[in-house]
Amino acid sequence: MSADRRPLSPHLQIYKPQLTSVLSISHRATGVGLAAGLLLLTWWLLAAAAGPDSFAVVQGFLGSWLGYLILFGFSYALMFHLCNGVRHLFWDAGWGFELDTVYRSGWAVVIASVALTVLAWAIAIVSA
Amino acid sequence: MAGKTMQSMRNPLARVRGLGSAKEGVHHWWAQRLTAIALVPLTIWFVMSIAGLAGVDHAGAVAWIGSAPVAVLLVLLIAAVYWHAQLGVQVVIEDYVHNEAVKLTALIVLKFAAIALGVASIFAVLRLAFGG
Repeated sequence: MSADRRPLSPHLQIYKPQLTSVLSISHRATGVGLAAGLLLLTWWLLAAAAGPDSFAVVQGFLGSWLGYLILFGFSYALMFHLCNGVRHLFWDAGWGFELDTVYRSGWAVVIASVALTVLAWAIAIVSA
Repeated sequence: MAGKTMQSMRNPLARVRGLGSAKEGVHHWWAQRLTAIALVPLTIWFVMSIAGLAGVDHAGAVAWIGSAPVAVLLVLLIAAVYWHAQLGVQVVIEDYVHNEAVKLTALIVLKFAAIALGVASIFAVLRLAFGG
């Protein structure tokens, strides 16, 4: 087969999204978002070490609607990347490659990541 | 047999010793998995702990960060998460940035930023732990 007749890899604009492909690209997207979100952790720690005034600025930002939006997105992204990361570790060990297992572990990731996010926010609401 | 040996003059051992064109073999892959495994318990601990600190004042945050087990776990978390994050973002840059100069610059900025921010974060934790 000549090079220009070879089948193309999935064409994103017309290829039907599947759980497997959506979770796959979401893992990468959340990873990049979480890396950026590390700036928030570093800012929070440096502000705590700098003193009450700096700390109040961070807490004020995190308590704003934008802060809550970022925290909510960050917490779900983290729980998703965590759960799907565990799924990847099982794959690395050679387990779970059958198609039905891939879909079951995929749905398990969706359910577990939502449950863990809800749990974290429930703890936050009770503690606040 | 003769044809097969002619495909490569290198035996498997020589190939492995060279560790491929990048001379690092599976090091990147392994480090990403090692930090991932470490981050499973560390992340669950951190998220649930930080959720319990919702609305905490400065004194409360300082007391928490500076207490011995928390400070140790935070240093481990910071080291593992920055290491893991820069390995992951490196792959994304290598996949999507095709201009060599831009790619090299982005990778250098990424590596320097990860080390600087990681060290700054650890410094903040230690400063509180040692009561600076």
